[in-house]
Amino acid sequence: MPALPLDDAGPYVAGAFLVFLALVLVYVAIMASKLARIERELGELHEQLDRREHGAEEPGAAGEGTGASFRPTTAKEAPG
Amino acid sequence: MFGRGLTSLSIAAAALVTSAFALVFFYAPNDADQGFVQKIFYLHVPLALVALAGFVAGGLYGVQFLRSGDRSYDLRSYVAIHISIIFGVGALLTGAIWAKASWGHWWVWDEPTLVAFLVVFLLYACYWPLRFSIEDPERQARYAAVFAILGGAFVPLCFLSVRFAQAAFTHPRVLDASGGSMPGAMRLTFLLSLGAIALLYMTLFKYELAAKHASIQLRRLKRRLAGDETFAAPARSAAPQHL
Repeated sequence: MPALPLDDAGPYVAGAFLVFLALVLVYVAIMASKLARIERELGELHEQLDRREHGAEEPGAAGEGTGASFRPTTAKEAPG
Repeated sequence: MFGRGLTSLSIAAAALVTSAFALVFFYAPNDADQGFVQKIFYLHVPLALVALAGFVAGGLYGVQFLRSGDRSYDLRSYVAIHISIIFGVGALLTGAIWAKASWGHWWVWDEPTLVAFLVVFLLYACYWPLRFSIEDPERQARYAAVFAILGGAFVPLCFLSVRFAQAAFTHPRVLDASGGSMPGAMRLTFLLSLGAIALLYMTLFKYELAAKHASIQLRRLKRRLAGDETFAAPARSAAPQHL
């Protein structure tokens, strides 16, 4: 076949490069959703750890050394 | 562990892909025969070559897994094939677009290069169902490694058989024993595009490895926190679930 003129060839070339771009973007979107899932699960683990440590401290250990705790300081516990 | 150097690799890949595409459109001359539409060549051929190389890499990781029993090689093999399939989809789609512009058809069934690539692609499309069909993770990894090795050996055989076939080719031949017949500017652009797509492959490979490794570590941490006996077994998956 003879070479296509630029006007006719342009959409094909653009289409091929857009397919490539779309593939990369879809991949990035999938990776982003995976990252969001990992982040959510990490948050759940954090909460689980908080509950566990909170439960261990409850029976009479309140106010004692909690240096290794992941639990954020609440307003109630904050000094002052 | 797998995420080390990912930032610099990503920046290098982005820079190289941008430079390669700039050369494609502003430096490489239009092909005398096909004109502007030949620009697709700089995307289509590197995607196909890198996808095939990735399939071979998956087989080599499979060999390493069978030799060492190290599950991280199973993960690497899985990810190499996974990314190669994505690149294979890109090669097939860009090839179809180029074929339509050049030959007037989206696909030509009597062209050995096209059909051979499709056969390789469909072969690897069976990799996920194979893994998914095996529940025991140890057996899954072993069978997948054997599949990856056989497939990896099939790829160069298929490539060479097409090269040596005495058929009337419609598909252009780019790489030959004399180093191809491209003029210097086209060759430089092609080699840079090939390097850029290869670097992009390596970047996505590391991204996927890091993501899979993070989810496996997270699952392990959950199991440790919940106690092994109370933690539900992970749902069946084609992806490796253990390291």
